[in-house]
Amino acid sequence: MKHIVVIGGGIAGIEVACELTDAGHWVTIIEKESNIGGKLNNWSYLFPDFTPAEKIRESLQEKCEQKDFSILRETKIQSLERKNGKFEIQTSVNQQLNADAIVLATGYELFDAQRKEEYGYKIYDHVITSADLEKLLLPDGNLTTVTGEHPKRIAFVHCVGSRDEKSGNHYCSKVCCVTGVKQAIELKKRLPDVEIFCFYMDLRMYGKHFEELYRDAQEKYDIQFIRGRLSEASEKIDKSLLIKAEDTLSGRPLKMNVDLLVLLIGMEVGKGTAEAASACLLQCEDSGFLKTVDSFLKSNQSNSDGIFLAGSCTAPMSINDTILHARSAASEVNKWLKLMN
Amino acid sequence: MKNFGFTVIKQRTIDYDQFDGRLLNEILENEPSFKVCLSCGGCTATCSAGDLVSFNIRRMNLMLRRGETSELENEIQKCMLCGKCQLVCPRGINLRNVIMLIKKNVVKYKSLSK
Amino acid sequence: MKLEGKRNIWKDYQKEIANDNYFYVRSCIRQNFFPGSEQTFLKILRTELNKDVYENPNHTTCSGIGYHSDVVPFETLQTIVARQFALMTEAGYKNLAVSCITSFGIYNEVIETWKEFPKELEKIRAFLKKATGREFEVPENVAHASDIIYKFREDIFAKSKLALVNKNTGKPLRIVEHIGCHYSKMFPSKGVGGAEFPHVLVGMIESWGGEVIDYPERRHCCGFGFRQYLVMSNRGYSVSNSRKKFESMEPYKPDAILCNCPGCPMFLDRWQYVIEEMEGKTYGENGHGIPVLTYEELAGLVLGYNPWDMGIQMHQTNVEPLLDKMGVCYDPKLKYAGKNGKLIGNPAMTGYTCE
Ligand SMILES: Cc1cc2nc3c(=O)[nH]c(=O)nc-3n(C[C@H](O)[C@H](O)[C@H](O)COP(=O)(O)OP(=O)(O)OC[C@H]3O[C@@H](n4cnc5c(N)ncnc54)[C@H](O)[C@@H]3O)c2cc1C
Ligand code: SF4
Ligand code: SF4
Ligand code: SF4
Repeated sequence: MKHIVVIGGGIAGIEVACELTDAGHWVTIIEKESNIGGKLNNWSYLFPDFTPAEKIRESLQEKCEQKDFSILRETKIQSLERKNGKFEIQTSVNQQLNADAIVLATGYELFDAQRKEEYGYKIYDHVITSADLEKLLLPDGNLTTVTGEHPKRIAFVHCVGSRDEKSGNHYCSKVCCVTGVKQAIELKKRLPDVEIFCFYMDLRMYGKHFEELYRDAQEKYDIQFIRGRLSEASEKIDKSLLIKAEDTLSGRPLKMNVDLLVLLIGMEVGKGTAEAASACLLQCEDSGFLKTVDSFLKSNQSNSDGIFLAGSCTAPMSINDTILHARSAASEVNKWLKLMN
Repeated sequence: MKNFGFTVIKQRTIDYDQFDGRLLNEILENEPSFKVCLSCGGCTATCSAGDLVSFNIRRMNLMLRRGETSELENEIQKCMLCGKCQLVCPRGINLRNVIMLIKKNVVKYKSLSK
Repeated sequence: MKLEGKRNIWKDYQKEIANDNYFYVRSCIRQNFFPGSEQTFLKILRTELNKDVYENPNHTTCSGIGYHSDVVPFETLQTIVARQFALMTEAGYKNLAVSCITSFGIYNEVIETWKEFPKELEKIRAFLKKATGREFEVPENVAHASDIIYKFREDIFAKSKLALVNKNTGKPLRIVEHIGCHYSKMFPSKGVGGAEFPHVLVGMIESWGGEVIDYPERRHCCGFGFRQYLVMSNRGYSVSNSRKKFESMEPYKPDAILCNCPGCPMFLDRWQYVIEEMEGKTYGENGHGIPVLTYEELAGLVLGYNPWDMGIQMHQTNVEPLLDKMGVCYDPKLKYAGKNGKLIGNPAMTGYTCE
């Protein structure tokens, strides 16, 4: 029996582990947190069809219980050595694991919105991130602001920490546009009287049902889209926020008052992936995400033979894409193990 | 000329075949960062001049790219060179240099095209 | 507003400020409009804090305003800056203390240029040598004068006679701080607290017992902006930008505006008068204006200095409402007295809302 070590127990890691267990291998997941599931644990309802995240979480949990693989929680990879065509892994809790192949599924981290100082995150009372909003959108979430009232006007800012030289991130985080649309609709369902504006530069509705979701947002939920990037936000005496952008389609500067500002923060590769990558001597792209051998047929292979990549540690992606990418990683691992026999 | 009470209406289409790219090219050559503008309007949102008068720094790029250079000379004079646009630009464009280049070259190409 | 978030940002932007032995370079504008401020700075440093400050009368303008208005080329500017550094090197000093924000921006811009393009530095060395025979070292530390007052704000408070407290109500005075654009917008790391939430003046106000007003247009330019003012026909831009700030701060009822740049107190002060003349609008209490102070003037008031000795009568927007709230002792009759105590005559046109 072959032993495969999967680093990272998010959606990608779990999916790879399940597939490889089904294929008859012995799998161990190393997860740095005490819980598996990754970011999914923090989300409420998922685009594109508002499936409760809970439901996906439960199915993953169920799968984990049915399959016979081990999970080492609160554990990270410390170092990796190759010996006679096998891998020898040292973990942060001083365990030694031997593996025939490795899959990195260490995911991404959220952009720290405090770095966009001009938006005042963690300074102004009414600025939150999309990740904060996910928690508020849970059934028991409280949608009142610090003034104790429901917001009357909400603005979403797209591309916070993405497509931005000043944040050091040139790439598009791919899922924040549709996350914004999803959250705007969800807010409108809860607070039918609220006015919602999305400030975007480009709307990237790339996936199945995304465009329809955007259309619904306009048609059924009266959500308004303004093409322009926010230059700054500042707090007024009543704690509402004054925001400024150019309405580029009318070609004039625009300002408005809102009582909640949601920053659609992007994805960054983060420390977890960077640490695992450096322990495994893996190469990164300029963006920091892990380098795959090519973009087509070898999109699960790292620069190091026998080490495979799954999910959003290679690029920003949705849950659906993550699952598919993880499954293809499992199939690549299988192929490779056969070849090595 | 005879007046029949109506006029022959000029086409207002941007005639791309008439496009004279010399001014644009000169500016792009000297400040290549200007190529990557994504028309987000961050610059215009923060512009201390555009807040008060009809001046839109973002549109300078489009005016150059669509050959609307006749208005450019007047327009660019409205800039106060305060530099706020450059601070906010997500593409890190050196707008100060772009503005200086437009000022310098717009006059040059005007005299050339005469 | 969450203070914790601001503290986080402040932590990221702490700069090194030299402790002593400063080579002081003056501001052209300040010497004309607020001459008492620079005197007060020297007095505080020398007599209150026992610091060594050296000035060389041969130092000149940094030519920054000419540079920003496109009449002085960059090479010329760099060579003038190099000459300043040569005077400093010759006097054996390494810490530059800059009175002006424009100059502070210029010194930083030039030094950073030399770091990025060492060839430029070599070129300027050659220019200066050829023009004046002088040689120079790049300063080890560049601090703005407000950085230095910030650094010693607690020492100043330890010697204070008055706090920034309304003596009638016992409440902290509410103060608007305004940072010169070239202090940290060009190089956020060169300013205490960075560009978006600078701490330099906030630190002084809080240490001296006042309360800072954070209003929506806090970041906006004072309205000077070189081109906005220097060309007469552009002055509408200047006054409109200042007005935007006044309108935005008015609901907070500020007791004073504190500035660290030469241009800002000048424009925030003078334009209040102009707006009153043009539109009949005033922004302070009871038809008064909002007093505008430099950080040295405020430090001086806290230290109990006579406001007239600091040249506060030079302000066009009268500062008396603030003096009264703080409980500063002053003799209104001596407002226009000369150095020798003799009256030199009231100005033909008194400051706005004077009587
Ligand atoms: C605000 C927001 C809302 C979103 N909403 C949706 C949605 O509605 N629908 C949708 O399809 N997608 C959504 N997404 C995208 C979704 O979060 C990702 O597609 C998904 O989380 C990717 O899964 P992953 O397993 O690749 O990475 P992750 O979820 O990041 O999991 C990675 C795991 O690896 C672990 N790890 C990291 N480093 C190490 C290490 N060195 N050692 C051990 N373990 C490590 C982490 O702890 C984590 O458990 C949203 C994203 C954001 C930002
Ligand atoms: S997905 Fe949309 S919001 Fe996110 S970075 Fe791309 S364009 Fe910006
Ligand atoms: S430099 Fe000119 S274009 Fe840029 S913000 Fe200032 S006034 Fe506007
Ligand atoms: S801020 Fe930069 S990218 Fe955006 S429109 Fe202006 S110049 Fe273009």
